[in-house]
Amino acid sequence: MGLLSENKRAALWSVILLVVGLLVWELSISNQQVAAGELTEYELLTGAGTAKAGVPPPSEVLVKAWQELSNPFYDAGPNDKGIGIQIGYSIYRVLTGYFLAAIIAIPLGFLIGMSSVAYKALNPFIQVLRPISPLAWMPLALFIIQDSEASAIFVIFICSIWPMLINTAFGVAGVREDWVNVARTHELSPLKTAFTVILPAAAPTIVTGMRISIGIAWLVIVAAEMLVGGTGIGYYVWNEWNNLDLTSVIFSILMIGIVGMLLDAAFGLLQRRVAFVE
Amino acid sequence: MAKSFLSIERLTQKYPDGNGGQFTVFENASFGIEKGEFVCILGHSGCGKSTIMNILAGLSEPTSGVVKMDGFQISGPSLDRGVVFQNYSLLPWLSALKNVTFGVAARFPDWTKQQVEDHSIAFLAKVGLSEDAIHRKPSQLSGGMRQRVSIARAFANEPKLLLLDEPFGALDALTRGTIQEELLKVWRGTNQTVFMITHDIDEAILLADRILLMTNGPLARVAESVEITIPRPRVRTEIVESPNYYAIRNHLVQFLGKRSAELAGQPSEAGGTHTPQTIRIDKTSVQTSDQPILQAVKT
Repeated sequence: MGLLSENKRAALWSVILLVVGLLVWELSISNQQVAAGELTEYELLTGAGTAKAGVPPPSEVLVKAWQELSNPFYDAGPNDKGIGIQIGYSIYRVLTGYFLAAIIAIPLGFLIGMSSVAYKALNPFIQVLRPISPLAWMPLALFIIQDSEASAIFVIFICSIWPMLINTAFGVAGVREDWVNVARTHELSPLKTAFTVILPAAAPTIVTGMRISIGIAWLVIVAAEMLVGGTGIGYYVWNEWNNLDLTSVIFSILMIGIVGMLLDAAFGLLQRRVAFVE
Repeated sequence: MAKSFLSIERLTQKYPDGNGGQFTVFENASFGIEKGEFVCILGHSGCGKSTIMNILAGLSEPTSGVVKMDGFQISGPSLDRGVVFQNYSLLPWLSALKNVTFGVAARFPDWTKQQVEDHSIAFLAKVGLSEDAIHRKPSQLSGGMRQRVSIARAFANEPKLLLLDEPFGALDALTRGTIQEELLKVWRGTNQTVFMITHDIDEAILLADRILLMTNGPLARVAESVEITIPRPRVRTEIVESPNYYAIRNHLVQFLGKRSAELAGQPSEAGGTHTPQTIRIDKTSVQTSDQPILQAVKT
């Protein structure tokens, strides 16, 4: 063991934990099902004896995952679409709302960061609006926009705007005076100063805000889609719960986690690209 | 008196003192710098050296008074006045070379990319930075190398006036020595006018044509202008042999140790200006026995 590097040891431990966890899960489920012996007529009627009613063992989830992932884009009507299509809808909504938020939050953050008057004027609004749960906007959005799709995008927009706005303002306000002086002594125009000095200097903070935002957006889309329905991974989870198909529920929970991880990793990569050491 | 290339006229800086009154850092300071001159300013902390520097750079405004360069009053920062800051002020996300090309491209907007790069590399080479060091980020360079990059950026821009704000203050003594000599080497070929703040007497003697001495603040003033009568080119190990070296050094030490405090805090007479007294100490010239070594020339 001492011969392995730290990373390899950590990876080995991860695999051990996964295997032990799955084993415990599998065994506890099969015990549960052995217990179901004699059933009353009522229990039979409510389906207590069927395998579907219990929490499925991991082996079933794996089989389900294999089925779903081998044909992710099938479309057999409104209530039966492949997992790829559902996730695709969710990602489309998240990215649309998210980029609309970025287009507004980053320039506005620049303004707030550079002008203390703008900061003081807008701060009360930000402080009141920021703590509102994005889903609280949903009824209002549905009423005003009159379109469930656009309302879901609006909810993503409103939840991802705050971390980007606040981090951009914070990053821009915190740019070292020396660097701004370098721009001033080189007679750079305000626009050139913003792009060649302030933007790269504030980029690590801005991208951190963007990374927090995409994480929140992905959390919120699941809840939003449970409300608006129709398509998307959130709707899929809720739909499978209504079908009492817990195997699909567990599978889709895992997929939500994996997609969220990939989105975060993409921004992690971007963060490393803009990072600098002082 | 003929107008100097750079003339500082009745410069005054006051700050509110927090009790409704005013705190005067310096008042009616007037002095001039000639083209191609290397002038150092020496004084204790708080006498307003950095304030004067920031005013010359155009980064801050004086309470009253004007600064004229080439006959025109300066206002705001300009590419004509290059600055080397104490903390290097390199942009950490750019390589050493890019930090220099950044300045050169701003100074010479008509140049091609290749011209800008060649010019920058030439100046980095002058301060002893080689092909492999110039592609590194500032964080991967030592303090001395960073300040070399900063000096190269300033000289590459060929400003009319170069302002150095304690450029070697953060460096260890040995590094400081080498970079001082590199600075002299770069400066020698350029006829560049330099105004430099320093705390280090030996550094000032090695580098300067003239040293301006400031009294302690508040109400500081530039009291004396000491000519450095040691012939160039100067080398650290050789200038100590010059008969003038210790005479000048003693004069400076006496001023900073004693007279800067004694002369402090005198408000100028009504309408008067604080023009520094020119001091010339030269022991190499032929002297008659009754001639004083220390000549004070009122200008």
